[in-house]
Amino acid sequence: MPTKTTFAEQINLAQHRAMRDDNSMIAMGLGINDPKAIFDTTSGLADEFGAERVFDMPTSENAMTGVGIGAAISGSRVLMTHQRVDFFLLAMDQLVNNAAKWHYMFNGKMSVPLTIRLIIGRGWGQGPTHQQNLQSWFTHIPGLQVIVPSTTDNVGQLLYSAIMNNNPTIFLEHRWLHNQQCDVDRCLPFQDKPLNIRTHQEGAHFTLIANSYMLVEALTAAKELAKNGIHCDVLEVIEPSVHDFQVIYESVIKTGHCLICDISHEQYSISSEISAKVTEQCFTKLKSAPKRLALPHYPEPTSFSLTKKYYKSAKNIIEYITKTIGFKGDISIENNSEFHDVPGDWFRGPF
Amino acid sequence: MNKLIELYQQVLRIRLVEEEIAKRYSEQQMRCPTHLSIGQEAVAVGISSLLSIEDKAYSSHRAHAHYLAKGGDLKKLIAELYGKETGCTGGRGGSMHLTDLDVGFVASTAIVANSIPVAVGNALHQKIHHKNELSIAYFGDGATEEGAFYESANFAAVKKLPVLFVCENNQYSVYSPLEERQPAGRSISRLASEIGVESIEVDGNDIESIITAGKKLIQHIRAGNGPALIECHTYRHREHCGPGFDDHLEYRPSSDVEKWLAKDPLILLENKISCMNDWHLIKENMRKDMTQEIEKAFYFAQQSNFPDDKHNEKYLYAN
Repeated sequence: MPTKTTFAEQINLAQHRAMRDDNSMIAMGLGINDPKAIFDTTSGLADEFGAERVFDMPTSENAMTGVGIGAAISGSRVLMTHQRVDFFLLAMDQLVNNAAKWHYMFNGKMSVPLTIRLIIGRGWGQGPTHQQNLQSWFTHIPGLQVIVPSTTDNVGQLLYSAIMNNNPTIFLEHRWLHNQQCDVDRCLPFQDKPLNIRTHQEGAHFTLIANSYMLVEALTAAKELAKNGIHCDVLEVIEPSVHDFQVIYESVIKTGHCLICDISHEQYSISSEISAKVTEQCFTKLKSAPKRLALPHYPEPTSFSLTKKYYKSAKNIIEYITKTIGFKGDISIENNSEFHDVPGDWFRGPF
Repeated sequence: MNKLIELYQQVLRIRLVEEEIAKRYSEQQMRCPTHLSIGQEAVAVGISSLLSIEDKAYSSHRAHAHYLAKGGDLKKLIAELYGKETGCTGGRGGSMHLTDLDVGFVASTAIVANSIPVAVGNALHQKIHHKNELSIAYFGDGATEEGAFYESANFAAVKKLPVLFVCENNQYSVYSPLEERQPAGRSISRLASEIGVESIEVDGNDIESIITAGKKLIQHIRAGNGPALIECHTYRHREHCGPGFDDHLEYRPSSDVEKWLAKDPLILLENKISCMNDWHLIKENMRKDMTQEIEKAFYFAQQSNFPDDKHNEKYLYAN
């Protein structure tokens, strides 16, 4: 039986590998070397590479981002981790005015090899300020790279490549993916160049686009649809900051339909951008209007009872696709978990 | 005496450059917001006289003096103001985003306090790699009200980083006076000192005071004792942004303006050396040479080409 590995473990391995491969690399984050090691993603780093290269930091998100930029332009390779995206909002000045623009503004004379891991929360009452995704915010800024990992087999490759790249990179990890597993021998080599759009499965009837935790839902939906003779192209948007959507256009030209699943609010989202691009590029081939499936336009409430309908799932995907193509059967799916606010029995809260 | 003449020469050079920019600004060829250093030059010259080319300086919106005193190329500065391809950032950054890596002037940035953490990050790199260098962050009194200043000073102190914070306290954030922004009786240097940053407060128009204090603080940093801050009380002679004067707006007491103009750093320095033989002749020759150099720099800038906008997308991402 093949050995299993987890998403969190692959993130950990990628950091170890990068620090071993580049002596100039440093890693910082609140709690990076505490007993919980940021959901076990940073375990062993300080032990192996020492306190000078791996260190806890003051609760100063903005200045510490600037410190990362300063170290990066001076010749260090920098990785910074925040346990929730939401706290990183304090660092927008350094991220947007400095990190994103430095290489451009100083005419290519300096570069900023800085990667920032941000973890997205969900469920268990994370509430309004512990679960924001904001992938479209970061992608809106020229000069930033935005990487959104979704699967265990390539998350290590994506993080390794983000760290080794000489640009400021936002790496958006979904907390609900940390325990996802795959066979070790399926993991992609760290040193290979990652794709920006990945095709998970092919089908002639519908184009289904997703990333992060919504890819899990999309793959579940596609599997059930296939059992009923409806076959989808399932495409993952790994790096939304790369605006080469050719793979998506080719798929939509083939199927004539597309559903774009987004883990953020719908308005002005990545799914909105893809929808616009698909409309511009595939207009005459469309059999139905591109559709977005995303969060409603209000913050996540905290109460268990208020979040039942907040997130979208495989069920919503199946409903939309069957309705759009006029399928007359009933496709039911089992929930991953007894409760809607946890990803599975492995998750015990509180965050 | 020779040392003082050298310092005078540098202060005068910056003054003449800034005055020439002011004189020509109305020709509307330098089309970018420009914050002149006139009145505050002694700080940059005094501090730079204590640095080596390996030390890395960072500044903010009012950066011309810091750039020039660190040895930044004059032609590239003027060409940058004209938005030319020969400018220090090829027309990308303008007056507020200067760089000359050859002399250790890493960057100036336009957002208040935003280059301070970057300088501290440079100091972190210097410490980890055991470099025999230090980083310098120039900023104004307004920056000390930003979280970025406090956060940076705190981190530099906790890690004992080799960084010198240079605060030019000119009492005004655009037109907002210090007493409206910070409580009476609290000094920036004492605040920094309580954060854990070795601090000294000086008359920022008296270059010898700056050098004496700066020397002590830099010794402290180079000995591995951690960061230091020098608070230099000084005064901007002209408007916040642009070539003119703005005292007709009466936002500063006229008695203050008179007092500070009488304490012009250039006059204070000249008073110390004007007793020497042939001073007037020396000074005249100095001015003549500088005027020629400045004239050449403006000619260079005006003759240079504008950058080609077909390269506008270049350097969005690094290789």
